[in-house]
Amino acid sequence: MSDLSPQDAYNFAYLDEQTKRMIRRAILKGIAVPGCQVPFASREMPMPYGWGTGGVQVTAACLVPEDRLKVIDQGADDTTNAVSIRRFFQRTAGVATTGATGEATVIQTRHRIPETPLTEGQILVFQVPIPEPLRFLEPRETETRKMHELEEYGLMHVKLYEDVARHGQIATAYAYPVKVEGRYVMDPSPIPKFDNPKLSGSPAIQLFGAGREQRIYALPPWTGVVSLDFDDHPFETSKAPHDCDLCGAKDSYLDEVITDDQGGRMFVCSDTDYCAGRRARGMKGRLWAPEPEGAA
Amino acid sequence: MIADALEGGFAEAPVQSARAFREILEAMARPGTIRRVQGATPPAPLSIAAGVALLVLTDPTTRLHLAGEADCPAVRDWVAFHIGAPLAKAEDADFAVGPWEALQPVSRFRIGQPDYPDRSATLIVECDRLVNHGPALTGPGIGAATWLNLPETAAFRANRALFPLGFDTLFTAGDRIAGLPRSTRVEAI
Amino acid sequence: MYVAVKGGERAIDNAHQWLAEERRGDPSVPELTIPQIREQMRLAVNRVMAEGSLYDPDLAALAIKQARGDLIEAVFLIRAYRTTLPRLAASRPVDTGAMVIDRRISATFKDLPGGQVLGPTFDYTHRLLDFALMAEGGAPAPGAPTTGASPTAHVPHVTGFLNRDGLIEAASPDDTPPPDLTRQPMELPAGRALRLQALARADEGFVLSMAYSTQRGYGRTHAFVGELRIGRVAVEVDIPELGFAVGIGEIELTECETVNQFRGSKTEPPQFTRGYGLVPGQSERKAIAMSLVDRALRWQELGEDFTGAPAQDEEFVLMHCDNIQATGFLEHIKLPHYVDFQAELELVRKLRAEAQAMQEAAE
Repeated sequence: MSDLSPQDAYNFAYLDEQTKRMIRRAILKGIAVPGCQVPFASREMPMPYGWGTGGVQVTAACLVPEDRLKVIDQGADDTTNAVSIRRFFQRTAGVATTGATGEATVIQTRHRIPETPLTEGQILVFQVPIPEPLRFLEPRETETRKMHELEEYGLMHVKLYEDVARHGQIATAYAYPVKVEGRYVMDPSPIPKFDNPKLSGSPAIQLFGAGREQRIYALPPWTGVVSLDFDDHPFETSKAPHDCDLCGAKDSYLDEVITDDQGGRMFVCSDTDYCAGRRARGMKGRLWAPEPEGAA
Repeated sequence: MIADALEGGFAEAPVQSARAFREILEAMARPGTIRRVQGATPPAPLSIAAGVALLVLTDPTTRLHLAGEADCPAVRDWVAFHIGAPLAKAEDADFAVGPWEALQPVSRFRIGQPDYPDRSATLIVECDRLVNHGPALTGPGIGAATWLNLPETAAFRANRALFPLGFDTLFTAGDRIAGLPRSTRVEAI
Repeated sequence: MYVAVKGGERAIDNAHQWLAEERRGDPSVPELTIPQIREQMRLAVNRVMAEGSLYDPDLAALAIKQARGDLIEAVFLIRAYRTTLPRLAASRPVDTGAMVIDRRISATFKDLPGGQVLGPTFDYTHRLLDFALMAEGGAPAPGAPTTGASPTAHVPHVTGFLNRDGLIEAASPDDTPPPDLTRQPMELPAGRALRLQALARADEGFVLSMAYSTQRGYGRTHAFVGELRIGRVAVEVDIPELGFAVGIGEIELTECETVNQFRGSKTEPPQFTRGYGLVPGQSERKAIAMSLVDRALRWQELGEDFTGAPAQDEEFVLMHCDNIQATGFLEHIKLPHYVDFQAELELVRKLRAEAQAMQEAAE
């Protein structure tokens, strides 16, 4: 491997101490004002903007040598970018890694919250592309900052209401906006709205890092997070109306996998650890079969 | 005195500051919980925990206010050598350290701007002891009821009323540390 | 039968190995050396140094080699390396008036003190492929002087002549330490110092297009190249312990000052105004473009109208001019998004089913 110099050429967890202090200060301010976007002087990381540099910087500022790190992308530990980020920290921080949600102390994620409930002592770090929930309604940062200051979220409600008027329901399926402790409207990152309820009242610390946009925000444990909705059109989660074809789970978020060009498809848990754990405990779905020798 | 100033920093800063930050993060994210930190031996009268918090969070880019007995030559020299934070008046400080009485009136400290609430001071309040007994705390980060022996309640209730503006507080005693962000509601006693 | 794919790690290793082979190309062709790139691809090296914000020709050449000639990828390598470097000191402002000139032209005066120095420019070359270069070692030996005519003389700035007559806006010296956008998050509105800093490391193509758009009427600034100069300046660092500044080396710079026609506004008298561009290395297209965009962004300060032109829009320009940010975010859409897509899929199916049901009910 030649894409990084040996571990000892870099500081623990890659970032220099001054950079970590700057990020740590931003994290603490984010914790103190849940849901509020705190600017931080995001560094250029040895991976592209948009590929998790915000999450990587937050993780780097939090890691201790005793941590067990789990990295997922789309719910899976083996997607290429998750592999790449996990390797980065194996190399630069020397931390142990795991695929098991229950064993991890720090979990960096892109687009999902694990199905297995998180616990106290865990930190969930989200990679965030566009931290500003109002950005697609108002492109100017100078304006959106004012809207947060004045708690002027009417534009967001108008947008959601237009959805209702046009489609009979709120037509946002992921990155569904939430309100934190009755104050800040927050982008939960592009998780499917299926995951939104897990944001609220979690025993774990949830940290959000947006590298290119230079923002950090946070949800302390046991924080009230409400998905925006209307009395007559309450928020509802959604998932494919199936059970997992491998483990039979009825309650997990599913990926749709095209199996042939005749319209054949199957539905499998997006959370690969959750699915494998269920199968290991003997639970079987419609298309379950023993893993072939030598696989994995 | 200069020789003393050279002592008491982290021996292995990257790892020790990482471990200490995790404790501080837990303290701030779970207001009222009392954590332990180690790795620094700052000069008297600073507690170990206050010294650790300063080493973890402050540097030449943060303005530091030393209050009361913390504003002494030994601490100033130690800060100059290990941290390099410019010393500042209370009104300009990003961080302040000292006993509660010496930090008064706390209304002097920065509470952030309406568009940037994060630009507020963090107070490191030196206490004789920290125990989970005193006014009840509720708010983000607090699941079951929590209590903490705060030096007073009125100032923290006034600070909560400014939310999302306000200062944030770390309490230190010996090697123990607890957090009280501006979001915490403090029971009136 | 479907088994969850587990090939990420191996796939990445294989891709890296293949990439290394592709970078080398045909092994029967001699491998490029860093000095070859540094000396013979110097304008590419300059661009990588400018947009990478790191003045180191050898590292820029290495980055170009490693990036297989993809200059944005090379800039990325330099930027990622640069972030890890400690900041040991800040230099004194460089004095471009004391530049050892290689090239210096003014479009606003026929002749001027210090003279017009054409220097090593493509300007009057006929763009005909020189097939002699295809024969290795076939290039003619240079016979012309390689440095400027008056390397020691102080060459005054053209805008200084206009300033003496009060015809151009004053540019008063300002010793406020400039912000550092690599150390502080960008905050808008930004001051001119921060804007210039962002433009100096901005993507050349983006700045070029923005400047071009002002020439075509989107925020027109009526610019003349008052002066374009390329050469080397000394870099000095104050040593507090010594009480004086010490030279630590020299760097090549391209500086462009435009003189812009200005009929006056509600707040300012009729006078010429300035646009400024300064780029490491010989990068004159970038320096000229930067000075036009700088001038367009100054509309507010000069009491001009905001016409809605992109080049006048500070937030638009500053938030989109960085090619490392842009390429990262652009290319991230090739990462898996199947979880989001699944959520959209469910939504579209639901909306379609409901629309169909309503239609059927209506019929």
